[in-house]
Amino acid sequence: MEESLYREIEEIIEKYREEETPLLCVLQEVQEKFHYLPRNVLGYIAKKMNVPSSTVYGVATFYSFFETNPVGEYVIRVCKSTPCHVQGAFNVLQALKRELGLKEGETSKDGKFTLEVTSCLGVCGVAPAMMINDVTYGNLNDERVREILALYRR
Amino acid sequence: MFYRTHVLVEMTSSSVAFGAAQVKEALEREIERVGLKNEVKVLETGSFGASLPSPFVVIYPDNVIYAPLRVQDVRRVVEEHLLKGRVVRELMLAGGLEWKTSEFAFPFPLAKETRVVLRNSGFIDPLNIEDYIARDGYMALAKVLTEMTPQEVIEVIKRSNLLGRGGAGFPTGLKWEFTYKAEGQEKYVVCNADEGEPGTFKDRLILEGDPHSILEAMAIAGYAVGAREGYIYVRAEYPQSIRHLEEAIRQAGEYGFLGENILGSQFSFWVKIRKGAGAYVCGEETALLESIEGKRGEPRVKPPYPPQKGLWGKPTVINNVETLANIPPIILRGPEWFKSIGTPTCPGTKVFTLTGNVNNLGLIEVPMGITLRELIFEIGGGVRGGHGLKLVQTGGPSGGTMTPDLLDVPMTFDTLPKYNSALGSGALTVVDDTHCIVDVVKSFGEFFLHESCGKCTPCRIGNKRIVEILEKISEGKGTLDHLEELLHLGRNMKMTAFCGLGQAAPNPLLRCLEFFREEFETHVKEKVCPAGTCQLKSLQRTVR
Repeated sequence: MEESLYREIEEIIEKYREEETPLLCVLQEVQEKFHYLPRNVLGYIAKKMNVPSSTVYGVATFYSFFETNPVGEYVIRVCKSTPCHVQGAFNVLQALKRELGLKEGETSKDGKFTLEVTSCLGVCGVAPAMMINDVTYGNLNDERVREILALYRR
Repeated sequence: MFYRTHVLVEMTSSSVAFGAAQVKEALEREIERVGLKNEVKVLETGSFGASLPSPFVVIYPDNVIYAPLRVQDVRRVVEEHLLKGRVVRELMLAGGLEWKTSEFAFPFPLAKETRVVLRNSGFIDPLNIEDYIARDGYMALAKVLTEMTPQEVIEVIKRSNLLGRGGAGFPTGLKWEFTYKAEGQEKYVVCNADEGEPGTFKDRLILEGDPHSILEAMAIAGYAVGAREGYIYVRAEYPQSIRHLEEAIRQAGEYGFLGENILGSQFSFWVKIRKGAGAYVCGEETALLESIEGKRGEPRVKPPYPPQKGLWGKPTVINNVETLANIPPIILRGPEWFKSIGTPTCPGTKVFTLTGNVNNLGLIEVPMGITLRELIFEIGGGVRGGHGLKLVQTGGPSGGTMTPDLLDVPMTFDTLPKYNSALGSGALTVVDDTHCIVDVVKSFGEFFLHESCGKCTPCRIGNKRIVEILEKISEGKGTLDHLEELLHLGRNMKMTAFCGLGQAAPNPLLRCLEFFREEFETHVKEKVCPAGTCQLKSLQRTVR
């Protein structure tokens, strides 16, 4: 890893120095920068924050928004909880799989998209729904999925 | 600056999904183009209520609603209505509803709606503290700091009999009292905004539409229990809630409602936001505390309860967003007023979210004690497509399963447990009779399998086995023994799981096995799915 990246991580840790137990905040911000949390980065964070690396790794693998493997530029999270399920979430997932040529948990070869399923996004009023990074899309059907993907393919 | 007209654009995560942001942009662009920039102001507001078309735009003070307003129609509205003063009738909300404001009531066709928690949502610009102040915002905090002792505040909340709106329904006043009485210099107030229960989005709309009400309530709680610091734990899926809260905290600090010596009193209070990272179990209060402490969000052993040993081992009061939103009105209007709404044992209102196969999706705030029939058939407009009602899951997967025979039970924290159900968070997921029960129960099971934190075996392995068996049944490989095994697993999980989530996980399964026994048996005996929506459908076709 490049020297400058380590410096950026140090800056993030420094930013939260005043906070009590800021591990989650640090991991969130580091992931925002690098899109995922590589193992050597986790080790470096552990060393700098003086926390056992097993703890850091345990936290990073516990929460579904933390990625320990490389992900695409756009992470698509399709809700499959019951309110979306009974409104056709299965078909939306099929449409996404077909359009992207990906299975759940896979990333496209060009590094653009990662497809994941998730629990309730809290927008059940417009079910079925999905999130692409931090933008929410609702009332999905095959056509809407194609339109939305076109926006990100440009 | 004085504006003659305000254009209110509903801006919630759901309306954004319908293009509300683009409509707002277009409105601003067109208003500037026609030279009305100094006369007309475009504001973002929170949710206007249940089942309204989106994007939803109100012209104030004209009381004209344009909904759904599409980007291509914005120019006409601006040129005709705002510039020339001619209402564009054909773009108005069907039925030509009149929009009137009156305190705590919202006279939409939703006659039963009573707004306490959502009193400001849709009426104010959540990003402008002055809007909140104009509607008695921070008055309750001022009253508490100048006229009341902490004990008096706790007494008022206790007398109001406000029950925790996160799902468990524990008396809020008692929680505050326990925390107040607990030994210790340092205490904390935590707002649980980790709303993960599928079908629930009430907290999101409160946070997006009225963030200051939560900050005010947290400060009041802090004064009552003797805390100087509060944390709001918001789930990562709610970026807009986080943005609104950040701005609200900044403004409240600027105006002196948060920080050192609030309103010149001896009381100081700060609020910080902690963002979740996608773990349903963190909605469990002790798991949430673990998460704030930077650990894996695994529940703790109780007792000790958080009022004794909470955040960093210090006494902590944890309240849900909706619970907190009730606090300022109770302080201002008194416990007797609060008790005049709802039922004697469960006073106040409840925000319900209507989801699934119902005609009108959305949220509605109504007095406690309303029946499911009123909620689904009057407010919700009935089951979509004219289908029959199969079941309603209340309070999400960990709540209760209501079958059509229970439509007239009053919805309160105390009545539903008598029917093996629970009010929970107020989520209502309507499932119509075109759905297969095995498929629906499997969808609940998959949720718990995905979200089990893995700490205890009954939950970690139990949910896995439940999903596996349900899969076998829907593949036509089920036996009657499997149904017995499901019952056995479910009952054991209920008795032995470590936390409330694991204990609640088998609830829908157990209830459905009882009520829909016949449909399960048809699956395993005849290898046929009567509804035809699980994987057996194709099997059924090849057999015939």
